[in-house]
Amino acid sequence: MTTPLPRWADLLVIPLLNLLLAFLVAGLVVALIGENPWRALTVMLQGAFVYPGSLGYTLYYATNFIFTGLAVAVAFQARLFNIGGEGQAAIGGLGVALVCLALDPYLPVVLVIPLAILAAAIFGAGWAFLPGLLQATRGSHVVITTIMFNFIAAGLLVALLTGALMRPGQSTPQTRNLDALLPKVHEILRAVGIDAAPSPLNVSIVIALLACVGVWLLVWRTPFGFRVRTLGESEPAARYAGVAVPRTVIVVMCISGALAGLMAINEVIGAQGKLVLNYTAGYGFTGIAVALMGRSHPVGIVLASLLFGALYQGGTELSFEFDTIDREMVLVIQGLIILFSGALAFMLERPLARLLTPRARLAHG
Amino acid sequence: MTVKPWLAGVAGALLCATAATAQDFKPAVVYDMGGKFDKSFNEGVWNGVKRFMDETGDDVMEFEVTNETQRSQALTRMAQRGGNPVLGVGFAQADAIDVVAGDYPDQMFAIIDVNWLDRPNLRQYSFKEHEGSYLVGVAAAMKSETGTVGFVGGMDIPLIRKFACGYKQGVMATKPDATVLENMTGTTPAAWNDPTKGAELARSQIDRGADIVYHAAGGTGLGVIRAVADEGKLAIGVDSDQYAVSPGAVLTSMLKRVDNAAYDTLMDAKNGNFTPGIKTLGLAEDGVDYVADENNADLLTEDIRAAMEEAKAKIVAGEITVHNYEDDQSCPL
Repeated sequence: MTTPLPRWADLLVIPLLNLLLAFLVAGLVVALIGENPWRALTVMLQGAFVYPGSLGYTLYYATNFIFTGLAVAVAFQARLFNIGGEGQAAIGGLGVALVCLALDPYLPVVLVIPLAILAAAIFGAGWAFLPGLLQATRGSHVVITTIMFNFIAAGLLVALLTGALMRPGQSTPQTRNLDALLPKVHEILRAVGIDAAPSPLNVSIVIALLACVGVWLLVWRTPFGFRVRTLGESEPAARYAGVAVPRTVIVVMCISGALAGLMAINEVIGAQGKLVLNYTAGYGFTGIAVALMGRSHPVGIVLASLLFGALYQGGTELSFEFDTIDREMVLVIQGLIILFSGALAFMLERPLARLLTPRARLAHG
Repeated sequence: MTVKPWLAGVAGALLCATAATAQDFKPAVVYDMGGKFDKSFNEGVWNGVKRFMDETGDDVMEFEVTNETQRSQALTRMAQRGGNPVLGVGFAQADAIDVVAGDYPDQMFAIIDVNWLDRPNLRQYSFKEHEGSYLVGVAAAMKSETGTVGFVGGMDIPLIRKFACGYKQGVMATKPDATVLENMTGTTPAAWNDPTKGAELARSQIDRGADIVYHAAGGTGLGVIRAVADEGKLAIGVDSDQYAVSPGAVLTSMLKRVDNAAYDTLMDAKNGNFTPGIKTLGLAEDGVDYVADENNADLLTEDIRAAMEEAKAKIVAGEITVHNYEDDQSCPL
C-alpha cells in the first residue's frame, strides 16, 4: 500500500492522532456512564506505569504481545494471514509443560529451561506446519486452517488437562506446579539490592526482544527474508525469480508458529508456573492488532505491544478503582482504541495528506 | 467503594490492620471468569453479597477476572487495599488464594468450592452436591412413568460426576429397575454455555425413553430445560430455583446455596466471628436443598415430597450415606 504521506507523518503523526481520537471517544463513553474521563485516564496511566508492580504487569503483557505480534508480522511479510497464534501458543505451552514434567525431577533447572524454550518453539512451529503445508500444496487458505487448528489445540489441551496431565486431588484442569521456572525480574532486582514490587514479569521479555532483532535480521538482512518479501509483494514475480514458493510458505509458517509458541514460556514457566487451560486468553488474536498497528515491523511491534500491555494492565486498574467501570466497560474502551488504531488506521491518511501537501509543495518550490 | 488513587500508595499502612473491626471492615470479592451475572455460580455468590450489602449498608470491593494472571493479581490487590475478608469464588482460584493468603497472614480469606488447602487464615467452603442430587433422584424416580430418567452434565469434571453419581443413587434406591441415561456436554469450558447441544442431548435422552431430565450444566442447562418442556416432559434445575426458565415444566431444582456461603463469610467477618477451616455444607447445614413451593406443588406431589423429606431426614441422621464420587473418583452404580 502506498501512502501519500511523508514517512515521519505515516509512522508518528498518524498513530498518535489515532490514539488521541480513540481516547477522545473512550472518554466520551466514560463521561456517559457518569465518571470523570480525566480521572479515568489518570488511573489508567498510573495503573499501567506508576503503581507499585504495575510497570511489571504492563511489560509482562507486552511480552506476550511481542511474541504473538511478531508471529503475525512474519507471516504477513509473505502475505500469509496466520490467525492461529492462539492455538500455536497453546501447543507451545504443551511442549513446555511436557519437557518440564518429564525432566525437571532429574535435570538441573539451567538445563531444563533451554530445552523447554526450544520445545515451545518446536511445538508452535509444528502446529503451524500443517496449515502451511496445506496452503503450499493444496491451496487451503491459512486463515481457515489456522483458525480451525485453534479449536483442535484447545480440545487437545482440555483432553490432556482433564486426563493424563491433570494434577490429582483437586478439580481445576491444570498440571502440577513446575520447578524449572524463568527468573522473575523483581527477584533479580531484589538480588542486586533494588527493591521492586512483585509482578509476573520475567526474563522472557529479553527473549522477546532478541526475537525482535532476529526477525529484523531474518526478514530484512538475509536472502531468505528477501524471498519472503518478494513472495509477499507478488507471487508470480517470486515464482518467475525462481523462489520455491511452497517451501517458502511452509518455512514462513513454521517460523511464525515458533514465535507464537514462544509466548508460552512467558506464561507456563513465567507467570503461571504450571500449564492451565485457556492461558492464551486471546493474546494470539490481539497479536493481529499489534502487528497491524506496528506495521509488521519489529520496532513498531514493540511499541504497539507496550500500548496494548498498558491497556490491559491500566484497564485492570480501572475496574479496581471504579464501581461503574466493570470488565465489560474496560473491553469497550480497549475495543475503541483497537478500532481506531487498527481498523481505522488509514482513516486520517487522506485528510492529513491534504493538510500537509501544500506545505510540501512550498518546500519543493 | 470509591477508592482514591493515592490510597494505593498508602496501602502498606493498611496492611497493619488485623482484626475486622468496624472501621477497617473492608470485604472484597473476586469473581471468576464467568462474571458475576453468569446466571449460575458466580451470580449465586453475587446474590449473597447483595443481600449482605442491602442489610448492612456496607460496601464490598468487587472484581471479575478476565485472564489467568489476574486471579492472583486481583486477590493481591484486594489484600493490599486492606480487603478483610477477601472472598475468592470458584475452585480455579484455589492456587492463587493459597499463595496470597500466605503472603498476607493477618488478613482473612475465604474460598468457595475448595476443601484441600491448609492455611490458618483461610475459610473453605465445599458442598455436598451428591446429597441434594440424591433427593432430586428420588423425585425423578417417583415421577417417572417410563422408568427411564436422564442426566445432562456440563463439562466432564469430577465435580459434575459427583452430581450424576448422587442422582443415580437416589433414583436406584427408589426404583431399582430404573434406567439412568447420562451425558456430558463436552470436555471444554464451552460446555457450560452451549444450550443448543444441551437441547440435543435432552431430546436424544427423551427419544430413548427418558421423561425426567436433571441437568448440572450451567448455561447449557437452559437449553436442556427448554427442550424438555417442548417435548412435554419434566426437567430438574440446578444451583438456583429454575422454575421460571420454563414454568410448568420444572419438577424441582437442586439448590446449592453459594449465596449463603458468601453471606455468612461477610456477616461473620463483620461481627468478628470469622473462623478459618473447612466448612462442608450438606443437607444438614442447608448448603444444598431442593425447591418445594406453590409453583411446583402440582408437579411435586405430596407423596413425592414426603419421600424426599424422609430421605433428607435419613441422610441428615446418617441412616443413608450417599457416596461421594470425589472420595474415590468412582461411582458404585
